[in-house]
Amino acid sequence: MPSACALRGVTFRYPGSDFELRVPQLRVDRGERVAVIGPSGTGKTTLLHLIAGVALPETGAVETAGLDLLRASDAERRALRARRLGLVFQEFELLSYLSVRENILLPYRMSPALRLDAEARARADRLAEQVGLGDKLGRTPDRLSHGERQRAALCRALVTEPELILADEPTGNLDPTSKQRALDVLFEYADGKGAALLTVTHDHDLLPSFERVVDFKSLGAQAA
Amino acid sequence: MTGPLLLAWRYLAHHRAKTAILVGSIALIVFLPIGLRVLVDQSAQQLRARAQQTPLVVGARGSALELSLASLYFESRAPDPIAWRELLRLRDMGLAEAIPLHVGFESRGRPIVGTTLGYFDRRGLRVAEGRAPAVLGECVVGAAAARTLEVGPGDTLVTAPETVFQLAGVYPLAMRVVGILAPSHGPDDGAIFVDIKTTWVIAGLGHGHRDLTESGAEADVAAREEGRITAKASVVEYNEITPENQASFHFHGDPSDLPISAVLAFPPDDRSRTLLLGRYQNPDETVQLVRPAAVMDELLETVVTVERYAIAAIAVVGAATLATAALVFSLSIRLRRREIETLHKIGASRPRVLAVLLSEVLAVTILGITLAGLLTLGVRQFGEEAIRRFLLS
Repeated sequence: MPSACALRGVTFRYPGSDFELRVPQLRVDRGERVAVIGPSGTGKTTLLHLIAGVALPETGAVETAGLDLLRASDAERRALRARRLGLVFQEFELLSYLSVRENILLPYRMSPALRLDAEARARADRLAEQVGLGDKLGRTPDRLSHGERQRAALCRALVTEPELILADEPTGNLDPTSKQRALDVLFEYADGKGAALLTVTHDHDLLPSFERVVDFKSLGAQAA
Repeated sequence: MTGPLLLAWRYLAHHRAKTAILVGSIALIVFLPIGLRVLVDQSAQQLRARAQQTPLVVGARGSALELSLASLYFESRAPDPIAWRELLRLRDMGLAEAIPLHVGFESRGRPIVGTTLGYFDRRGLRVAEGRAPAVLGECVVGAAAARTLEVGPGDTLVTAPETVFQLAGVYPLAMRVVGILAPSHGPDDGAIFVDIKTTWVIAGLGHGHRDLTESGAEADVAAREEGRITAKASVVEYNEITPENQASFHFHGDPSDLPISAVLAFPPDDRSRTLLLGRYQNPDETVQLVRPAAVMDELLETVVTVERYAIAAIAVVGAATLATAALVFSLSIRLRRREIETLHKIGASRPRVLAVLLSEVLAVTILGITLAGLLTLGVRQFGEEAIRRFLLS
């Protein structure tokens, strides 16, 4: 089965920092739901950055959605993130001065790799409707609840119809009801589109919902 | 709207107060020097135009500037008076048309100017409604003054008392408005014009009362000596000049001693002008002859110097404001680091993120300059009126 992403012999170090991340091997297949767990400060978020091409390893190889990130140009990596990856952040990272609709369509506004057309707009509205934000599209994030903000952030990650979703603690700041609703949105999308889902989480309650759980330590990953 | 522009616009609109302060600051630092320049130019133009229409002014020795301001713009305190005979002397020289002016009186805050009909011809003043003053006690009102005082032909204007308690016994005089002048876009628009004799009545130098030769007037007579009657202080003076009592108004003393504020002199040619200037060079001369154009040039030189200092000060404040604006932007970028990182993560290139930030700077700058432009247009449009209203009237 082709992989959604694969890392081999990766080492990464932040400039001027003692922190070093080593990932001997990790592979996520297309359509697979994988949860990565591990203590704080071990480099889980950095792992997602490496897979997304936001950060580049010092050694090793990272292939995401068929693209060798070390060989790809910066523009190709940006196009990959815009068109084929969906990124979900723990703090939602919605722009406070944009409406919910504008936040959802933000990738189209900011990436030349995407074309904002009527279809994209309709998809944004449809997604918002599906997650219960259909009547709040004109509101700014400060007028939404925590759960609603995360759902808006999920819509932004999904509106480009990505084949790999990278979620960093997507339910970390949510109450149980909102948490379940956010997961339902992710799983429904992943099932519907056959997309892979790689989630970093501390929340062990979520683990039964995933096909595979990867303990960061058992993976052989080390942060020194 | 493209992505960066939309984001920039939304950001500025969302942070309205911050944007308004930045736009206002930029507008002010752009507008202040330009607006000041426009205002100074307009003031200079107006001051020079009026001065050039008035070649020479004769008045009491003292400040040439005060004499010019008082006789051209009816501004400043009334200059020390000169005697009517100075007018006669100037006329006798035959070197200029001489028009008397008597200022220093007011009615409801508007200056009353005593002069002759020649003044209207020289200033190109036209009566738009009613007629010119023909007899004692009549007045015509400048267009702007008529508008603000809400008077027209047939109405009455009462002169302001010269002192609060009228210890000298000079009472306010009720003047009949007989005409309204067409707008002339100058200081004349704000003034009330009367015959020069009327100002002497206002000043208490002429008066009218019952005929003391009539039978029954004995109660008001203090003494009768060979054709001369001395009235008692109790005699009631008229405070309005009507067709019925007009004939009773009279002036005591030598008419050539009666006061005027200045004489406007209009020489027919340069030769007469030069000769006239020479006639008043005598150090024993009790009056002075000033050239308002030269006086205004001196004044404007001072104004321009002050303007230079003001612009230098504005430049310093402007530099500080720009530095503050730059600081605000750089702090804003620091505060938005996470937002910028998010944009990178979802696929935005660095130039595109930079385009958002530059669009914000550009939009604020353009808005600031546009506002400064509108303010400058406003000054161009209304500056002249403001100068007339606040500086020259």
